Amino acid sequence: MTFIEYKSLSRSEQIMYKVKEFFSLLPGKLKGFFGAIGKFFVNLVKNFIGGLKGYGSRFVQGDMSTKLSYVVMGFGNLTRGQSGKGLAFLAAEIMYIIYMAKFGLRYLNMFDTLGLVAKRVVTLPNGRQSIEFVDNSMLILLYGTMSILLTLVFIAVYIANTKSAFEAEQNQKAGKKNLTLKQELVDFLDGKYHITLLATPVLLISVFTILPLVFMILIAFTNYDQQHVPPGNLFTWVGLQTFRDVFKVSEGANKGYTFVQLTKWTIVWAIFATFSNYIVGMVLALMINKKSIKFKVLWRTLFVITIAVPQFVSLLLMNQILQDDGVMNVILGYMGIGPISFFNSSAIVARVTVIVVNMWVGVPYTILQTSGILMNIPEDLYESARIDGATPVVQFFQITLPYMLFVTTPYLIQSFVGNINNFNVIYLLTGGGPQKDMNLYQAGQTDLLVTWLFKLTMDSNDYNTAAAVGILVFIVCATLSLITFNLSKSSRNEEEFS
Amino acid sequence: MIKSYKLQRTIADVVIYVILGVLGIIWVSPLVWLLLHSFRAEGGVTVPYVFPKEYTVNDYYRLFTETDVFDYPKWFLNTFVVAVFSCIISTLSVLMVSYTFSRLRFKSRKMFINVGMILGMFPGFMTMIALYYLLKAMNLTQQLPALVICYSAGSGLGFAISKGFFDTIPRALDEAATIDGATRNQIFWKIILPISKPILVYTVLTSFIGPWCDFILVRIIMGDKRDNYTVAMGLQKMVDKEYKQNYFKQFLSGSVVVAVPITLLFLKMQNYYVEGVTAGGVKG
Repeated sequence: MTFIEYKSLSRSEQIMYKVKEFFSLLPGKLKGFFGAIGKFFVNLVKNFIGGLKGYGSRFVQGDMSTKLSYVVMGFGNLTRGQSGKGLAFLAAEIMYIIYMAKFGLRYLNMFDTLGLVAKRVVTLPNGRQSIEFVDNSMLILLYGTMSILLTLVFIAVYIANTKSAFEAEQNQKAGKKNLTLKQELVDFLDGKYHITLLATPVLLISVFTILPLVFMILIAFTNYDQQHVPPGNLFTWVGLQTFRDVFKVSEGANKGYTFVQLTKWTIVWAIFATFSNYIVGMVLALMINKKSIKFKVLWRTLFVITIAVPQFVSLLLMNQILQDDGVMNVILGYMGIGPISFFNSSAIVARVTVIVVNMWVGVPYTILQTSGILMNIPEDLYESARIDGATPVVQFFQITLPYMLFVTTPYLIQSFVGNINNFNVIYLLTGGGPQKDMNLYQAGQTDLLVTWLFKLTMDSNDYNTAAAVGILVFIVCATLSLITFNLSKSSRNEEEFS
Repeated sequence: MIKSYKLQRTIADVVIYVILGVLGIIWVSPLVWLLLHSFRAEGGVTVPYVFPKEYTVNDYYRLFTETDVFDYPKWFLNTFVVAVFSCIISTLSVLMVSYTFSRLRFKSRKMFINVGMILGMFPGFMTMIALYYLLKAMNLTQQLPALVICYSAGSGLGFAISKGFFDTIPRALDEAATIDGATRNQIFWKIILPISKPILVYTVLTSFIGPWCDFILVRIIMGDKRDNYTVAMGLQKMVDKEYKQNYFKQFLSGSVVVAVPITLLFLKMQNYYVEGVTAGGVKG
């Protein structure tokens, strides 16, 4: 259905159409989403089995030096004139063995228990006794994860080595000359250029994003909280206990209650923050871009300059302005309104304040991003509306808003996800306060799930809860984003210009 | 009829001018307040009136000379160095990754893209603690290179926007170059990059600005080593309870000093920003 067809429906039909579209697409989307995940793992297993099969059959078919390279990596290449490649494989094997023997195995051995002895008393040479820390669960988990990831990489290299040895043998048997090192390297600038380009970023991301991420996900399944902080204490695997704690609602200050309260506020916040910015920003963009309005650059710069200032400056500044003795209360005093405690009086005042300040921060972004799309709304729609006598307000609600919602749904969902994760505004403005609700565990009443996550790690050392909350936030955000990604044309029309 | 229509339009325009004017003032007034009060001569943290009574550059002067407690010039230099290095690494990673995903076709390309997108959706600070211990194991904590690593190592994941841009460059260019015997390496450096100026500028500027605005990682990595703070972290320290009384006005002037160059950069970047986002982001 095109936009014009959609517009020709009556109001109730339009709503019905949208609702029907949403629910008719939803099963497909979810199916597609989970199907893709399922397919990913099926493919993984398939590739793995295929790899093993090839691994076995190459061993059976290969000659002596190919067989030998199953033990001494690179041997097949070395004996067939590919010394550079062979040496590289050999070096990889030696390095892996040294790493495992000197470092990795020790941690892998303790990976299932995460350490048994936390500390022991030792007698120093001078006769005094002192406490020595022995096993550090955190390091065991970190280095154990690292060793497992490294082993996976090594297995991949090892399989590639057997493949390469076998190929070299086949080439030689067919009477072809094997590629020299130089020829192979040249191919990395053309045929295998993707490997060259991706190698460094993938390495960096693996070490500094994937490894920490896997580590933190594993933490969610341990009891690494404030009572089990190494060194000196051990933590161990507890399965899904952390998630149970987060979902368990009971009396008194506890994580379950906090999670429910913060989730509610996070959703309310995300809805208000997203739509207030969206609508106000769009109205302002329309005003600025109206044909008869002059000084467009001036207006635009006035608003945009607030995004240009680094966010931490503008938010810290706002925090100071809105303090009890800040300039905002001075101005209110001129107007005869008594001082308002924006951040410390009640939850509702603080929450409204952050939503309003967030508009100050976020509206300029909407202005920038929607200006272009607004200019693309077919002019004839407005013309016919004007002929029918529609006022600008009616035009906005009947034409602009539906059109924009139609076109920018992906953008809206993106900013919704962005607001769920909007750490800066809450952290710098209120720091989570006010803390009037004593039943909240390590959180204030404007804390979002992400700021709670931050406090749990930084202030109270409840790493397992933090990791579990992080995983839950991720699941929500990932589902929303994947649905958007499938909705947006940019994924479908990837090849449009090629 | 026609006359009243015209009148209506003029009234509408006037109303719009008034709204834009009022909102515009509201939008910039906090920044104007910042600028004015950074020159304020009298008073401490707050004064019970809006406009300062006397002006001075004393606090700017103190910011750069009294460096025993808060070494602002050092922080500024730190941030600049970190920003330059992480800008170089980030830009290269982003361009390399997005070019690969956009122009090259290879096995498991889709899988890489999907994994990249999924990784980008985890809340960033989930990895902070692990990252800290990793850097500690490398003996890098409390040092500037650690910051460069943190800001630029994961930057390859931000490929979406520039990939969208590369997607819009006609494929025929690559094909013509391939026929002329160019390798993919040459196509990347000599053909695609030179015509990708908007996205290049956008990527350079965003990755340069990033380190100026972060205050979370710095706090975790630097701990109490004040010499290696960046501007954002240091300014935040100045409004901590124990220092706020004495350093509030320096905080204001310090904010101005860091905000001015970033603002100028951003205003320069604005058009590229819009162009980049509209080309690479939401394609209506």
